[in-house]
Amino acid sequence: MTDKFDKVPGGPSVAEAPVSKATTVAPETIRAIPVRHVGRWISGVVVLALLAALVYAFSQGNIQWQAVQDKLFDDTVLAGAGRTLMISVLAMALGVVLGVVLAVMRLSRNPVTSWVAWLYIWFFRGTPVYVQLLLWFNLALIFPVLNIPFVYKDEMTDVMTPFMCALLGLALNEAAYMAEIVRAGIQSVDEGQTEASHALGMTQAKTMRRVVLPQALRVIIPPTGNEFINMLKTSSLVYAVTYNELLRSTSQIGSTSYAVMEMLFVASIWYIVMTSVFSVGQYYLERRYARGTLRSLPLTPWQRVKVNFASFSNRPSGGVSA
Amino acid sequence: MTAMVKAEGVHKSFGPAHILKGIDLEVAPREVFCLIGPSGSGKSTFLRCINHLEQINAGRLYVDGELVGYRQKGDKLYELKDTEVALQRRDIGMVFQRFNLFPHMTALENVMEAPIQVKRETRAVARARAERLLDRVGLSDKAKNYPSQLSGGQQQRVAIARALAMEPKLMLFDEPTSALDPELVGDVLDVMRGLAEEGMTMIVVTHEMGFAREVGDALVFMDDGVVVESGHPRDVLTNPQHDRTKSFLSKVL
Repeated sequence: MTDKFDKVPGGPSVAEAPVSKATTVAPETIRAIPVRHVGRWISGVVVLALLAALVYAFSQGNIQWQAVQDKLFDDTVLAGAGRTLMISVLAMALGVVLGVVLAVMRLSRNPVTSWVAWLYIWFFRGTPVYVQLLLWFNLALIFPVLNIPFVYKDEMTDVMTPFMCALLGLALNEAAYMAEIVRAGIQSVDEGQTEASHALGMTQAKTMRRVVLPQALRVIIPPTGNEFINMLKTSSLVYAVTYNELLRSTSQIGSTSYAVMEMLFVASIWYIVMTSVFSVGQYYLERRYARGTLRSLPLTPWQRVKVNFASFSNRPSGGVSA
Repeated sequence: MTAMVKAEGVHKSFGPAHILKGIDLEVAPREVFCLIGPSGSGKSTFLRCINHLEQINAGRLYVDGELVGYRQKGDKLYELKDTEVALQRRDIGMVFQRFNLFPHMTALENVMEAPIQVKRETRAVARARAERLLDRVGLSDKAKNYPSQLSGGQQQRVAIARALAMEPKLMLFDEPTSALDPELVGDVLDVMRGLAEEGMTMIVVTHEMGFAREVGDALVFMDDGVVVESGHPRDVLTNPQHDRTKSFLSKVL
């Protein structure tokens, strides 16, 4: 593989003679009869039949499809979906930032910071996020007034709005999980990278920022994408702290209009739209950070379509395409 | 003239394993100093002590008259802070057996990184020097390639350019050709030979006896954490005095 990139002085001239001899006889292209995959056809038919049965069942059910259609783009529903998106993005952003800080703290040689990070992760990963949301929501029961001396003083119920409860509950929980993901990413970077960076006179902090973290990202991004998609769905739990996100806004319509299942369908459609869109985004992000680790990047789906079209127009007749 | 590197009774242990058992040596400025010996003899460990990648347990190690990793006041030693250690390492270039190029940066970016980040040079200045250095190691056409797109020999030459970009007064080479295909070794040795001719002080841990004999000014044979024999490469390699040196050389030559 490597010799392709090397200039070997005098190399080509030596190699030329036998190569040119071999290429004078054109090789015969293999045209074999492909293996028949009978199993694939049978299983395909079975799956299609089951799918048809499922569709039939739903068409016979007592479902007001018209309601689903009417409410899909209802203002209240759209506003709810928007809030779900907003709280997920904000909580995730805060969670990632805190997670990176916690991971670096956890790996620090300073015993105080590493212990603090351990304690944080221990608590926030050890209790359910639903419980944490309720803890924030009910904080006023034990601390009626939020008082940071000389800085801030206010009624706790004014501070802990549904939005704040949702944000803190989701973000602080996420930070604990992100810390573990980032830590695994940092530890996956070869020791030699740190040594090379130190040998060049870079400090610990600079080495982390310029050399280790960018390489750790490649390991960190795929599970972070999963975390975000999880966050989009977990955000439905903030229903409990009365934040008006997608599930809460659809359910309210459902309970007043007696279209409970229909509104749950509406919510599901929006959740699946959002997670699908972000899965595509994740694909491109992963591709971006694979730079330098692969000899050539894989084609994006769009590039693949273009290549396929190109090869379609001038496909060699009977040729075996890869 | 002060020695570029001076080691006095240097000891190093990893837990119970005693790797260096009292190393004394001096490397003069502009000298090409070769360290040879069987694996596990401590030669790489000693090299890593010189830029404080490893902390020594006993003895003193000086680079250009300055104590490595510590500050001495009276008879007390104070550990240097992270930033102070980094400051000492600026002037010492190091080339690793496994290259250790930054895989997320192109060859050019690898060479530009330290001057920009450590010396706060402008991009234009760093870039001009990086291009010059890549040209010097014969890789100006590979500037935009990532390390994974380069052969081992090319990667090692980029690594040398990266170390030179900090304009060091001392270069450490830790078995720079051991991970290379035999036919790629020559290009790397040529670059090192050129550096030696320009008067760079170099300490080279190597198994390339031919290089040591042609380019080296001094040679040390280490075994089991001690210096067994030292002298001019030609003398030691052709006329070893110790049995241990003789048996080692009979196997590698």
